[in-house]
Amino acid sequence: MLTFFVNVFGAGLMIFTYWFFFMKKEEKAVEAESRLTITVDGGYTPNVIQLKRGQKTTLAFFRKDPSSCLEEVVMSEFKIRQFLPLNQTTDIVITPKETGTFDIHCGMNMYHGKIEVV
Amino acid sequence: MKKLSFPITGMHCASCAMNIQRKLLKTSGVASANVNYANEQATVEFDENMCSEPQLGKAVESLGYKAHIGEQKGSEDIVEEARAHDLTELKRKLWVSGILSALLLTAAMIPFAPPFLKNPWLMWLLATPVQFWAGWQYYQSAWSGLKNRSANMDTLIALGTSVAYLYSVFVVLQKSLLEGLGLRADVYFEVSATIITLILLGKFFELRAKGQTSAAIRKLIGLQAKTARVLRDGEELQLPIDHIVKGDRLLVKPGEKIPVDGVIAKGATSIDESMVTGESLPVEKGEGSKVIGATINQSGAFEMTAEKVGAETMLAQIIELVKEAQGSRAPIQKLVDIISSYFVPIVIMLAILTFLLWFNFGPEPQLVRALISLIAVLIIACPCALGLATPTSIMVGTGKGAENGILIKDAEALEVAGKIQTVVFDKTGTLTEGKPKVQGVEYTSGVKNGAKNMTRLKALIFSAEKQSHHPLADAVVKHFENEVKPIEVTKFLDISGFGIAATLGKDKLLIGTEKLMQREHITIPQLLKQKAEQAKENAQTVSYVALNNTCVALISIADTVKPAAKDVIATLKKAGIQTVMITGDNTATANAIAKQIGVDIVLAEVLPQDKEAKIQELKKQGKKVAMVGDGINDAPALAAADVGIAMGNGTDVAIESAGIVLLRSDIGLVPKALKLSKSTMRNIKENLVWAFGYNVILIPVAMGALYPFLGIQLHPILASGAMALSSVSVVTNALRLKKVKI
Repeated sequence: MLTFFVNVFGAGLMIFTYWFFFMKKEEKAVEAESRLTITVDGGYTPNVIQLKRGQKTTLAFFRKDPSSCLEEVVMSEFKIRQFLPLNQTTDIVITPKETGTFDIHCGMNMYHGKIEVV
Repeated sequence: MKKLSFPITGMHCASCAMNIQRKLLKTSGVASANVNYANEQATVEFDENMCSEPQLGKAVESLGYKAHIGEQKGSEDIVEEARAHDLTELKRKLWVSGILSALLLTAAMIPFAPPFLKNPWLMWLLATPVQFWAGWQYYQSAWSGLKNRSANMDTLIALGTSVAYLYSVFVVLQKSLLEGLGLRADVYFEVSATIITLILLGKFFELRAKGQTSAAIRKLIGLQAKTARVLRDGEELQLPIDHIVKGDRLLVKPGEKIPVDGVIAKGATSIDESMVTGESLPVEKGEGSKVIGATINQSGAFEMTAEKVGAETMLAQIIELVKEAQGSRAPIQKLVDIISSYFVPIVIMLAILTFLLWFNFGPEPQLVRALISLIAVLIIACPCALGLATPTSIMVGTGKGAENGILIKDAEALEVAGKIQTVVFDKTGTLTEGKPKVQGVEYTSGVKNGAKNMTRLKALIFSAEKQSHHPLADAVVKHFENEVKPIEVTKFLDISGFGIAATLGKDKLLIGTEKLMQREHITIPQLLKQKAEQAKENAQTVSYVALNNTCVALISIADTVKPAAKDVIATLKKAGIQTVMITGDNTATANAIAKQIGVDIVLAEVLPQDKEAKIQELKKQGKKVAMVGDGINDAPALAAADVGIAMGNGTDVAIESAGIVLLRSDIGLVPKALKLSKSTMRNIKENLVWAFGYNVILIPVAMGALYPFLGIQLHPILASGAMALSSVSVVTNALRLKKVKI
């Protein structure tokens, strides 16, 4: 009986893990005007940002999370790798030249966000 | 009204702050002033029309304190401070958790340890601060991630150690229940505590090593001059560098750093530019010469006009480009990116699967073995090594490049440069100096034996050629300028396509081509004809000199091959790289130069607009092609190549069309750039093989893959040791690049 219960629980936990991490719904893009604050706490909030091509936008990253994984934010397409001091706001100014969807991720590539350029 | 906050140093007590505040309030134009002793900051509101920032500074300094106005803290300082803070914090945690873990390990592993140490309640007490104080950051980070339905390495550590800790707590509290079920009631506090300690230790070494990866950028930033001597209204002022504006007249004394980019207005000197361009020999400069900020004035005092300040200076541009390169992504990283995104959740699922397999099929005691393997899987997985593998090597590689005068613009250029099979060189200005130079002057026997005055002849040639603006005439003028004094030219005629005719006193002089001599019915002596043929074979242009209708001399002129060109071609050939020379010159001249330096293929008579097509043709043959040019005339060809390498002209580093910019006009940097790229790519591959191999091999081992064959089950403490080492090894391997000889 115990073995049966442990196996069902274990299998359920695996399914839950898959659902929890891989089946999350993609957030709706938040439109950025000239400045947008992004909170860095276990990821990036808002997670999907919409920018206009050719428009200069300041992305203000406020890092609350002490995890060293999140100490850097990387936007490779914009050639940006920026250190984010804890409990401070770091401004990153970008002017997208091309439309498309680009990745924002942490220094170790664990946490991800998206920039949609329209 | 303007509000300004700035730090003040030198205060000893609160009354110092009050004194400064009073002094600032008395300064004309200041509306309000507040000086805070605790954070050493002043906040002043003032009328810009009545008061200036330097005046505020002077007011503070008059009391013996130092106002740091306009001294912005650089981003690298912030990183450095944060790293130092993290290291101090880690050290503190390591001491405490290290001692507690040592006690726990003694209790668990050493049979003759004092019995009181083996008391499970004491072990619980010792393990708790390690779990929830030293390891608190893992819970914090895991919780932040879970709120966003994401996970990272900290999630795995928090989960793994919590399983060991909570199971042990359960054993302490429910010992009799477990023993009643026939299970062993062992605690695993030493496991949870030692895992946290070892991972903190790994983090400590990783942090220290990571600090060194950005050393090159910090070194570049450190080169910036802090102050400058400015000449305003005949007065010499020492001002912070941020106060310098374009057009300012600056004074630079021997031994001082040149504050910004500009041009020498008065004086001459030699300048050590090695720190920016990598050029090891001092460069002589005179009035009108451009000077680069952050380089060091060696011999004479001079005045200069500031032309580029702040972000426009060459050094600022170099720093920005290196930073950009370090932020770019190498194509090789693509696979790693995909794996990293799924890594942690998959490891969690594998850990649960491992538990179930051991629980169902493992030997006795099944529950304990299942738990140990679950913890080992969670702890041994190291996504950090994967994440660090590529960026750390790129940081060290691009930094090393910048230190050697090689500016790699992005990681993609670095990756492709390491695979180059063919290097195409533009001839003029790249393989050759780009400036014609007199190679030799042959005189007839009449001149040689003194029948004609050789010195006067030289003076006649020099004076006549001085009137011409032809590049070849410039070469002749330069050749004779230190030997003779000019003579007045009474008549001068430029015969387009043929040469020149000049009258100097009684003497009539003709200098030009063979056709000019024929046109004027002047016979060329046989000796000069022979010499002319030899010169032409060596790709030299010849000019005949006729004095009063007698041909008396032959001047051979050529664009000289750069001294390093031959060695560079040989080095590339040795590395198995094909070399190509592309030029607009005629085939004979091109072949002669190619023979001198030993290039494999010559593409002659190529018009500037057709160079791009030639590059495309080479690419179509399946070759990875690099094009080396000056970055201005060759822009389309540089852009068309797989990697464009631009020879910098000394000040412009932001050449758009090139992936690699050489900061000095030294062709020897080409093989170095390719070697650095190759070494960096090899280093990245080593890191990736290590990081992938580590996870691919050790996760199955932690799951128990060796148990059926060898009876080995990996202990979680060993797993944490391996994990702590894996990230450190990746960063340490990247740092090896610093020592690579290029």
